[in-house]
Amino acid sequence: MKILYGMQQPDEGTIKVNGEPVTFSNPGDAIARGIGMVHQHFMLADNLTVLENVVLGAEKLYGIGGKARTKIKEISDAYGLGVRPDVLVEALGVADRQRVEILKVLYRGARTLILDEPTAVLVPQEVDALFDNLRELKAEGLTVIFISHKLGEVLSVADEITVIRRGTTVGTAEPRSTTSKQLAEMMVGSELPTPETEESTVTDVPMLTVDKLHLSQTDLDGVERIILDEISFTIHKGEVLGIAGVEGNGQSELVEAIMGMRNPDAGVVTLDGDDISHTPTRRRREAGVGYIPEDRHRHGLLLEAPLWENRILGHVTERPNSRGGLLDIKAARTDTERIVRDYDVRTPGIEVTAASLSGGNQQKLIVGREMSHNPKLLIAAHPTRGVDVGAQAAIWDYIREARREGMAVLLISADLDELIGLSDTLRVMYRGRLVADADPATITPEELGSAMTGAASGHLEHTEDDER
Amino acid sequence: MKKLTSRIDKERLLLGIAAPLLAIVAALVVTTLVILATGKNPGDAFSDMVTYGFASDSQVYILNKATTYYLAGVAVAIGFRMNLFNIGVDGQYRLAAFVAAVLGGALTVPGWIAIPLIVICAMATGALWAAIAGVLKVTRGVSEVISTIMLNSIATAIIAYLLQPGKLGQLDQAGTLVSTKPLPSSSYFFSIDTGPAGVLWGFFVIAVVVGVGYWFVLGRTRFGFDLRTVGQSDTAAAASGVGVKKMVATSMIISGAVAGLIGMPTLLNDSHQFSNDFPAGIGFTGIAIALLGRNSPIGIALGALLWGFLERTTNHLEFQGYDKEILGVIQGVIVLCVVIAYEVVRRYGLKRQQQRVGAELAAQAAAPTKKQEVA
Repeated sequence: MKILYGMQQPDEGTIKVNGEPVTFSNPGDAIARGIGMVHQHFMLADNLTVLENVVLGAEKLYGIGGKARTKIKEISDAYGLGVRPDVLVEALGVADRQRVEILKVLYRGARTLILDEPTAVLVPQEVDALFDNLRELKAEGLTVIFISHKLGEVLSVADEITVIRRGTTVGTAEPRSTTSKQLAEMMVGSELPTPETEESTVTDVPMLTVDKLHLSQTDLDGVERIILDEISFTIHKGEVLGIAGVEGNGQSELVEAIMGMRNPDAGVVTLDGDDISHTPTRRRREAGVGYIPEDRHRHGLLLEAPLWENRILGHVTERPNSRGGLLDIKAARTDTERIVRDYDVRTPGIEVTAASLSGGNQQKLIVGREMSHNPKLLIAAHPTRGVDVGAQAAIWDYIREARREGMAVLLISADLDELIGLSDTLRVMYRGRLVADADPATITPEELGSAMTGAASGHLEHTEDDER
Repeated sequence: MKKLTSRIDKERLLLGIAAPLLAIVAALVVTTLVILATGKNPGDAFSDMVTYGFASDSQVYILNKATTYYLAGVAVAIGFRMNLFNIGVDGQYRLAAFVAAVLGGALTVPGWIAIPLIVICAMATGALWAAIAGVLKVTRGVSEVISTIMLNSIATAIIAYLLQPGKLGQLDQAGTLVSTKPLPSSSYFFSIDTGPAGVLWGFFVIAVVVGVGYWFVLGRTRFGFDLRTVGQSDTAAAASGVGVKKMVATSMIISGAVAGLIGMPTLLNDSHQFSNDFPAGIGFTGIAIALLGRNSPIGIALGALLWGFLERTTNHLEFQGYDKEILGVIQGVIVLCVVIAYEVVRRYGLKRQQQRVGAELAAQAAAPTKKQEVA
């Protein structure tokens, strides 16, 4: 994908566009050949308008004034994108931002669109709308490359599917004659498990209690923004509490407040009977909080350090990593080898840097590390984001195992199937508040999705006629 | 599996040596061109440098110089390991040496009490001066680059103000040099007389101790691990439970304390007083040496020795009719080349490792499973 967009150069092999072999030495070359990319993480300037964002870097095409506005309108109408050129990007929702990204690419004359995990941040209703847009593009003769981990989506939107595993093409499939199970088996190379938990292991011993947690932040303009408002919940031993919500509604901040990386303005966090509302992060970790961060590169790993140093990270004060004030490098290395073995981290050795592992293997290392210290509470934020299906299944297994062993698990995810499948209790977070709760045994992703957009609140009941 | 691991290690070692080697070769080439451009014979210059540089009196001189440079390199490297750019090492060591010299001149106690007191006083002064920048950074977000540069100027001004006859300074008999009250000879640090080759400064031993301490604390202790973590990723450090702000302030203070030692070899082994010709600018030399030595205790030692060697030999070249500016050219080119070479080699190594890991895993995966087609 990076190669197709000219961000990296291939060692060998050829790329042909319209039958012509091409080489891209930078994204500019790719754009010139009509290839455009919509990144997983949006590349938009919040404080500029849609028009300004679109023309940014492409001023030569249609200027920055009226002509550009006309062109944007034209593209927007042609493909039914419904983009308003003069709105500030910061005022837009995620789905709208994504449409701006698509428009940006089309504005630059792209005939081939690469979409990298475009649905990761969308609720089901928005996904449907996106697919309508994509069909529109297709009808106009454009080519779309849609990269996704979500099989159902691929099957519903694609005309042809190529399965890539560990850097090689393992096969191609025709969506009409393929079931998602077959496709998944191609991806993992074996039978695929589903994220379903076994019988309930929930006890009535509260492990983590969060009571009326409040966090606000004053931004640069001096306006106070409430990020977390009256958050209260309890997780018992052996319980998985899932929090659903569109990203950016306070989930990350909630996790950081529980981890001690942010200091809440009010509210009490109790772990196993001890008030930890204001204890430092290290003490919380020592007290038994395991943490699988949502952004493993920023919060979970030292990318340029070898695996065994990454094994020490976050647990430097605990055995086997150290004794007294000194590191026990030998023990840490031996234990890293154990984690690599037990958690199936695919690596040639523990001396390689964390950056050279794939996302799934990095995540397995993190999970192994956190589980190795027998946490009482495991915080898993988007634990399977950006990992391959095989690793995903393994990580689900570990979470289930954690639950069986009596840990309390706080699961935050944008993958609704994952949430519904793994959780014992579900809460929906919207604009810093827990607005709804639901029973994972009966709820559907669509029903959850409506609460995630703020359309529903309170206790969500599954209604029969809502089923497709 | 084992085989591949060892291969990666060997390769890493090779890459580690490749960067400085590349830099020095490039510097040699550039220097050759510069000497050629001045119309002299570079071959003669180099052979003169080698013969003169390895003479025994030069060796002692170089070791003495390297002692000072090594301490400067380590002081800067501590900051680098934290992603802190302590440009203030220069002001820290000058102020520290001045305060320590004043104290040393005033003390009338036996040497075994006076010397540790002087050294501790220097370290405390350096630490305090650095702490100002550290505290400003963590409380007000002031960039340590800016604040330490300013603190350098302030240190210069303070020393100039206090080092006046009638204040803390006194005029020498010739009436040209203002200095602090000289240390009593009991407070001289021990030195080794090597006969005709000169006197080897005993502070050399302290530099070695500092080097070993640096290696041990960074590589073998929890504190060192925390420090390196913050240097590599402050977000990951915060998530792992390191108090990032506290760590920034602490490492700045440690860097300053080591900086305080820089003036000690000169003060205790050589000048025995702080005068207005006390060596200045060694803090900046420390930056170059830390870069050259890649922040590693051994690398810094090699860098410090190389610096001493270059200074000694190019000084001699001047007598042979070459321009003395050659020194600046060589040093500048080496630092530039080193920075570039390290980055190039680092990126290359990272990419290569990723490819190897990928290839290895693909080979593992390809063995049991064959391509399958579902359609």
